[in-house]
Amino acid sequence: MPNFLYTRRKITNYAALGASLLSAAFGVAFLVWILKDVLVMGAGALSPAFFTELPAPPGEAGGGLANAIGGTLLLTVIATAIGVPSGILAGTYLSEYGRGSRLASAVRFIADILVSAPSIVIGIFVYAIIVRPSGGFSAIAGAVALAIIMLPVVIRTAEEVLKLVPDATREAALALGAPHWKVTVFVVYRGAARGITTGVMLAVARVSGETAPLLFTSFNNSFWNWKLNEPVSTLTVAIFNYAMGPYDDWHAKAWGAAFLITAAVLFVTVTARLVVGRRHGG
Amino acid sequence: MGEKITIKRLNFFYGPKHALKNVNLAVGDREITALIGPSGCGKTTFLRCLNRMHDLYPGNRYEGEIILDGADILLPGLDLIKLRSKVGMVFQKPTPFPMSIFDNIAFGLKLNGRRDRRDAAARVEAALKVSALWDETKDRLHEPALALSGGQQQRLCIARAIAVEPEVILMDEPCSALDPVATAKIEDLMSELKRNYTVVIVTHNMQQAARVSDRTGFFMMGEVMEFGPTRKIFTAPANKLTEDYITGRFG
Amino acid sequence: MPFLDRHKADKIGDALFKGVSFFFAVSVIVLSCLLFAVLLWEAIPALRAFGLRFLYTSAWDPVRSVFGALPAIYGTVVSSIIAVVIAVPISLGIAIFLTELSPAWLCGPAGMAIELLAAIPSIIYGMWGLFVFAPLLASRVEPFIIERLGFIPIFRGAPLGIGMLPAGFILAIMIIPFISSVARDVFRMTPPMLKESGYAVGATRWEVIRRIVMPFTKSGLFGAVILGLGRALGETMAVTFLIGNSYGMSAGLLNPATSISATLANEFTEAVDAVHISSLVALGLILFVITFIVLAGAKLLIKRFSLAGGGRA
Repeated sequence: MPNFLYTRRKITNYAALGASLLSAAFGVAFLVWILKDVLVMGAGALSPAFFTELPAPPGEAGGGLANAIGGTLLLTVIATAIGVPSGILAGTYLSEYGRGSRLASAVRFIADILVSAPSIVIGIFVYAIIVRPSGGFSAIAGAVALAIIMLPVVIRTAEEVLKLVPDATREAALALGAPHWKVTVFVVYRGAARGITTGVMLAVARVSGETAPLLFTSFNNSFWNWKLNEPVSTLTVAIFNYAMGPYDDWHAKAWGAAFLITAAVLFVTVTARLVVGRRHGG
Repeated sequence: MGEKITIKRLNFFYGPKHALKNVNLAVGDREITALIGPSGCGKTTFLRCLNRMHDLYPGNRYEGEIILDGADILLPGLDLIKLRSKVGMVFQKPTPFPMSIFDNIAFGLKLNGRRDRRDAAARVEAALKVSALWDETKDRLHEPALALSGGQQQRLCIARAIAVEPEVILMDEPCSALDPVATAKIEDLMSELKRNYTVVIVTHNMQQAARVSDRTGFFMMGEVMEFGPTRKIFTAPANKLTEDYITGRFG
Repeated sequence: MPFLDRHKADKIGDALFKGVSFFFAVSVIVLSCLLFAVLLWEAIPALRAFGLRFLYTSAWDPVRSVFGALPAIYGTVVSSIIAVVIAVPISLGIAIFLTELSPAWLCGPAGMAIELLAAIPSIIYGMWGLFVFAPLLASRVEPFIIERLGFIPIFRGAPLGIGMLPAGFILAIMIIPFISSVARDVFRMTPPMLKESGYAVGATRWEVIRRIVMPFTKSGLFGAVILGLGRALGETMAVTFLIGNSYGMSAGLLNPATSISATLANEFTEAVDAVHISSLVALGLILFVITFIVLAGAKLLIKRFSLAGGGRA
């Protein structure tokens, strides 16, 4: 066999494998780079006032984003309260009643698409069905938008983990004379509790970092607001407004908010994956 | 006839698991050597040492010597690509590549830079003729290999192995996924291959070992219990365990 | 009799539970239909005013109330294509690294790191891109590109650091985790024996990947790429920060441009004129329809591979 060809094959091999190593390094490098900047710039912007005070008037230094922190928590909690139960129930239908049915596969298909659908479109939708009819931006509209984004994520993970519960477990419980719904709630859910918790945590992490659907729904607010029918400030929308604004202090605030939201999202994601989610080899 | 491969004091470890224990064997040149024994006895593990297939996975370790044509193939730094071009392999299930019949067989040739169309076509034809597949496929060489039947696919895999002109062909239970008719064809083919190639075959089927092989090794729990001419192993086994196994008393 | 009562209660419970879970499952379909219907309804004034011209004209003038979607569609499509062109080779490299090269101890952490890229909120990419990446591009990279490659029209423009190419690049980083994780999954579905057959005829690791694994997983890989495209098309915040928000079309990829999502994010809350709002909703409708089709295609391709994969006969 011609020797130079053979050498060329080996060089190609090492070059291609080297390129694949570099690709992985590229991905990791960007992760480290972004996190480093968010950490360095963000930690510098944080102070006790950041967590306790309201935003200062435009152009003035000082103040904080306490209302945005509260707003993000508020919206996330309400969205979770709406999105998680309905998602789990829909997932239950797919796993317990709809195996192999056409309706279930249609739901699965649509849910898979909605998981990746543009979130800003959800914002427009909620604007049209809630904000405009009700006469203005409101916390509840933002929460509904986030819940809609959450729903398909929860459905698909719930279905997946519920299916992992062995049929033998269901049959054993049914054989004791328990009704189907009790078996589902007390046996199947318990068996899948870990996986469901992981899925819910990932879904919460996902929506708490959303910005686009909130721009036209919960909008923004310079003050505290716990009323559901009034606009509310959130960390992500605050980042958008402050980063696009002209003042250095705003930029610093934006970095601070970026640090908080990134730390929270990554903490929940990593915890879900490592601590809770030791599941199906994933 | 001379010896093609001599295995001396071979030990093999999957991580901490001692899978082959002090194996000594001699594979005759242009003969068929059959390896038999119960499931999990180490015969497939042994076969995969002969082309160092275990090197694909981490944590595996060899000790001892495998002398192929006078050179130890277990030496560090050995070129595995060259070794595997010299020692071909056929697997338990047919493994046609996702491409046409022609491209499957030309696969190894193209790797080695034989880009001359006419030469490749001639060698594909020759390989298909040896594996007795030519008549069935000559009009559909550019159809996907996956369209062939299981038996045809396995003969295609044999043709693919011989197209790169190896000297040794390893067969890991090549008939285990085939029906009796397809099995008979593969067995005929093995006897044909013997003229030009050294064949080592792992089989569950003792009749098959008795029918086709010249030498037989009986493995159990990672050790070679008995090794010798096939006729002797099957008619006058020296070891009680061998006798029990070939008469079907366990297995 | 108590026994019968319990039996009856169980039956009612079963029916109720099944009914409720059915309701929520169906709600997903209803929701997506409603989403489409509402967007269409709200877009009607714009479609009535401009008709099909909306799709291929490029004026965007709230003062005169004339709107055309072409620059936004162009920006969305071009920035997403740039993202896919950059992300695909890198994602395949990552998938190859994770399935074929990485030592076992590194596989988990490296895979996790790539997945965390997907967890970082979009707005963080946008902000980081605007404050860190764009200045770097403007001072170090783009002047060099313009000087050396400026003879190619697409590399002309001002070194601003924001524009079509920077937006596409950040999008690429954002979609890498999605493409590489699907690619990794389909690579893992290649039967080991098939790969070993490649090694058995003397192929190198790369030859096995390129000639056997990639053809075998072709439809799954294609699905992964389309999924990445779908993600890039709908991405909003990062693009809004980096694309430059200039409503127009230019061949130069370094120039500021716009996209559907960026136009929506910037203008929706400020629009007062009914036709303006309706035109924005029409943009959203176009985005929804495009991404829906692209994502449905991705889903079908990946599903076809998973069904056929393993024992493709």
